[in-house]
Amino acid sequence: MLDTARQYETPEGIDLEMRIAGPVVRACAWAIDLVIRFGLYGVISILFAFFGGIGVAFILIGIFLVEWFYPVIFEVRTGATPGKKAMGLLVVHDNGTPVSLSSSLIRNLLRTADFFPFLYGFGLLAMLFNYEFKRLGDMAAGTLVVYDDRQVERMALPATEALRPPAGLTGDEQHTLLAFAERSTLLSDDRKAELAEILSDLTETQGQAGVEKLHAYANWLASGRGK
Amino acid sequence: MRQQSFEQQYGDQWQALKLLLDDLALSRRKRRLSADELEQLPHLYRQVCNHYALARSRHYSPALVSQLHDLVLRGHRRLYRRRGAGLWRLVAFIASGFPVALRRNARYFWLATALFLLPGLLVGGYCYSNPEIIYSVLDSAEVASMESMYDPENRKPGREMERSSETDFVMFGVYISNNIGIGFRTFAGGVLYGVGTLFLLLFNGVVIGAVAGHLTRVGYQDTFWPFVSGHGSFELTAIAICGAAGLMLAHALIAPGQLTRLGALKVRAADALTLVMGAALMLVVAAFIEAFWSSSSVAIAIKYTVAALLWLVVVLYLGFAGSGSTRGDDGS
Repeated sequence: MLDTARQYETPEGIDLEMRIAGPVVRACAWAIDLVIRFGLYGVISILFAFFGGIGVAFILIGIFLVEWFYPVIFEVRTGATPGKKAMGLLVVHDNGTPVSLSSSLIRNLLRTADFFPFLYGFGLLAMLFNYEFKRLGDMAAGTLVVYDDRQVERMALPATEALRPPAGLTGDEQHTLLAFAERSTLLSDDRKAELAEILSDLTETQGQAGVEKLHAYANWLASGRGK
Repeated sequence: MRQQSFEQQYGDQWQALKLLLDDLALSRRKRRLSADELEQLPHLYRQVCNHYALARSRHYSPALVSQLHDLVLRGHRRLYRRRGAGLWRLVAFIASGFPVALRRNARYFWLATALFLLPGLLVGGYCYSNPEIIYSVLDSAEVASMESMYDPENRKPGREMERSSETDFVMFGVYISNNIGIGFRTFAGGVLYGVGTLFLLLFNGVVIGAVAGHLTRVGYQDTFWPFVSGHGSFELTAIAICGAAGLMLAHALIAPGQLTRLGALKVRAADALTLVMGAALMLVVAAFIEAFWSSSSVAIAIKYTVAALLWLVVVLYLGFAGSGSTRGDDGS
């Protein structure tokens, strides 16, 4: 199990798993957002530069709004600022639901305190002192920044005949065999052979033949007869 | 039951839930499914929760488990998401939510007001009795610019710039970004065990008090007081409210009571946010008054009358708005 994985038990009594994002990846997201924010400042300034005094007022108000509410608008609409999206992050409540307006406001208004004394010093300290990498704003708002795990297309088991594995495999061991077979498309042939040879006592073969045999075991586990 | 037959038996339900969630992810206008079909969500979701738990306990393959986990996670996010806030919620918030929340937390407000006002009065009194004291609060350049702003010779008080119709707009922008920013920082300082809130309240109280005392001393009272008395009603009250919100966070951290510190902070922050947002709206009003009314060259008597009315409005609004409503808390 990954040590950054957090379980949340839903009312249905099942455990949802969330992978918490650490300070480094969040700092990268913040840097991307910083560039975008400065870009917005530039656009606003150029756009209203031709409107004299009223334009200056719009520039000031526009910069103020971007400074404080840029993250809020994006988080409420899509769950992540453009920077977080680029890093594959998502802001959720502690219970895994999408962040609401009030939570987003709290976590972003408290950025000032996190930023103190410079460059998120307190925020980083706070992150290092709890298990969920929460900065002060996250603590008050009850939010988490997690990886947005997009489901990849499921791999099919390699098509081989089913072969009954030796008796006495534990649940975990069966699980491992299945995982190995399902990941076969992601591994090179040499690597598969290398991994299969770890189990040469079980398969009593070497190299490619061992891989085939493990796949056959996995197929039997998934579809086998009986039971 | 083997994995393959398990998948054959329930695969249709997983597919149905996936299609449902995909459809719900679209905007309202683009949805293809009928309301009846969408109402299947809770039922389907709980079915798939069950399948997911089975798949895990029976050690089915990781890919199947993660496929089901993904469905369950998406379903959970859809089913338990909080309701969004509409425009009518804003109206309810202004009419009752904000003032009721403030009255519920009145003791924080009075504490913040005291922290803001007392140092101001004290330093103001000092500056009034001794015109040299001001230089220990502000440096000489700041004092000079402040004096020139309220010089009776100056035709538009509170400004350094040339008088023009556009100046009002520029200053409106300055007040918005400056004052609301100060308000937000005063609130945020509360999460540092109140140190930030305390500092900003004392600091702003001292500076404002010093300026007021000093200008009265050097005989600029007829430009200074008519200028600040109007918008001060909304502005100073709002800063004190932001201070109160910051103190609420601090209180949760220092004395969490029955809850953990984190739990107390979460509960209190939601309430404090109501105060901050209300104060931000008040600061917008204050910026408007300051830019377009306080700077006008209306007779002093009229300005004082309007100022008295504005103070009355603030007191009545914060003291009584929404007290008739049964739903005190808007729960934003």
